[in-house]
Amino acid sequence: MIDWQLIADNREMLLDGMLYSLTLTGTAMAGGIVIGCLLALARLSSFKPLSLFAAGYVNLFRSVPLVLVIFWFYFLLPYFGLSIGPDKSVFITFTLFEAAYYSEIIRAGIQSISRGQVSAAYALGLTYPQTMRYILLPQAFRNMLPVLLTQTVVLFQDSSLVTIIGIKDFMGSTVVVASNNGAMTEMYTFAALAYFCVCFPVSMLLKRLHKRIAVIR
Amino acid sequence: MIQIEKVSKWYGQFQVLADCSTQVSKGEVVVVCGPSGSGKSTLIKCVNGLEPFQAGSIIVDGISVGDPKTNLPRLRSKVGMVFQHFELFPHLSITENLCLAQVKVLGRSMDEAHQKGLQLLDRVGLKAQAAKFPGQLSGGQQQRVAIARALAMDPIAMLFDEPTSALDPEMINEVLDVMTELAQEGMTMMCVTHEMGFARRVASRVIFMDHGQIVEDAGKDEFFGAPHSERAQQFLSKILQH
Repeated sequence: MIDWQLIADNREMLLDGMLYSLTLTGTAMAGGIVIGCLLALARLSSFKPLSLFAAGYVNLFRSVPLVLVIFWFYFLLPYFGLSIGPDKSVFITFTLFEAAYYSEIIRAGIQSISRGQVSAAYALGLTYPQTMRYILLPQAFRNMLPVLLTQTVVLFQDSSLVTIIGIKDFMGSTVVVASNNGAMTEMYTFAALAYFCVCFPVSMLLKRLHKRIAVIR
Repeated sequence: MIQIEKVSKWYGQFQVLADCSTQVSKGEVVVVCGPSGSGKSTLIKCVNGLEPFQAGSIIVDGISVGDPKTNLPRLRSKVGMVFQHFELFPHLSITENLCLAQVKVLGRSMDEAHQKGLQLLDRVGLKAQAAKFPGQLSGGQQQRVAIARALAMDPIAMLFDEPTSALDPEMINEVLDVMTELAQEGMTMMCVTHEMGFARRVASRVIFMDHGQIVEDAGKDEFFGAPHSERAQQFLSKILQH
């Protein structure tokens, strides 16, 4: 069984770790959606160099394992004279990496809105930025909200990878407690339970949200 | 007000518009008809620059639509357009649909836009629906809102792209009534439509298109009385049977 005393004794460290994981997820989600949105618009642009750049970016990041990107930023950036430390490094890595995934979701969302909506907005005299801001993106985001949030749940799980460069996120803190107390089995079981308790209810909520949105449309 | 001069357009190799020339004067109601795929919708979308064209020129109120230097959003704000599938913004209420462009494009205050919107909504007989969302209205009601939305911009001309084609038969008349009233008040209108009854009632001229060409461009009485081209005669005999 799990030794709750051990967890209670280390609760501050574990809580700090969880907070770190959540902060990293939140930041990467916010930044990733903003950058992903710009990438999606760029990719759908009729200006070729812009859409090629966006396509290249997305394909590059989607074809490389996340661990490698974490390593790349952390170990190789200093060679180019950019020493930013592990924390900043992973925040940037996750934001840039997730932007690629979010941008594909956002692109699909934008394409799900009929061309006629854009024509109608233009016909009223709205400019391109106004059309995106008031007509297209609000509708697209409503359609893709469940998928965006599902991707965020995946992101939360993936954030545990930062442990490998020695960051004390929730997983990292668990590793420390486990090895200091020789309680591998217990602590890793506890960590699995904790991740499950966060992710599963959120996934269930998203399923219901998906159904509700499907009804509205 | 609208001068269309030798306009041609290609999709790749395929020519959709061939040397189309016509004009719409102030206060005129011009009905554009023809079989599907004849380019009539494409032509009307060229008038406000929603579709680019490769040759020829279109001048609206003295401004060249094809000129890359033209401020298209500004020109479009002066020309109302009504679409086959209404294209109300489903995430906005009817009031917001009516106010958005007035505020964002014309710079009107929210109050002013609101008042104008309600007044036009009343005019198309839908004042009671102001707080609803497009999805809660019938097709005919949605199209009337779409007309009100276009009118809210105080347009100098109105373009209609098959405004009744997506409607159930019993809803067609409520939309045509609004259009007829508009025509009788002297609005400059260019309408792509198959409603020949409407054309007979209010059109000044009728344009018949086929294979991207303007085959017939005649006064209403001449068009319905004695069309010159054989293609138009055939079309009329088919469409007027029912």
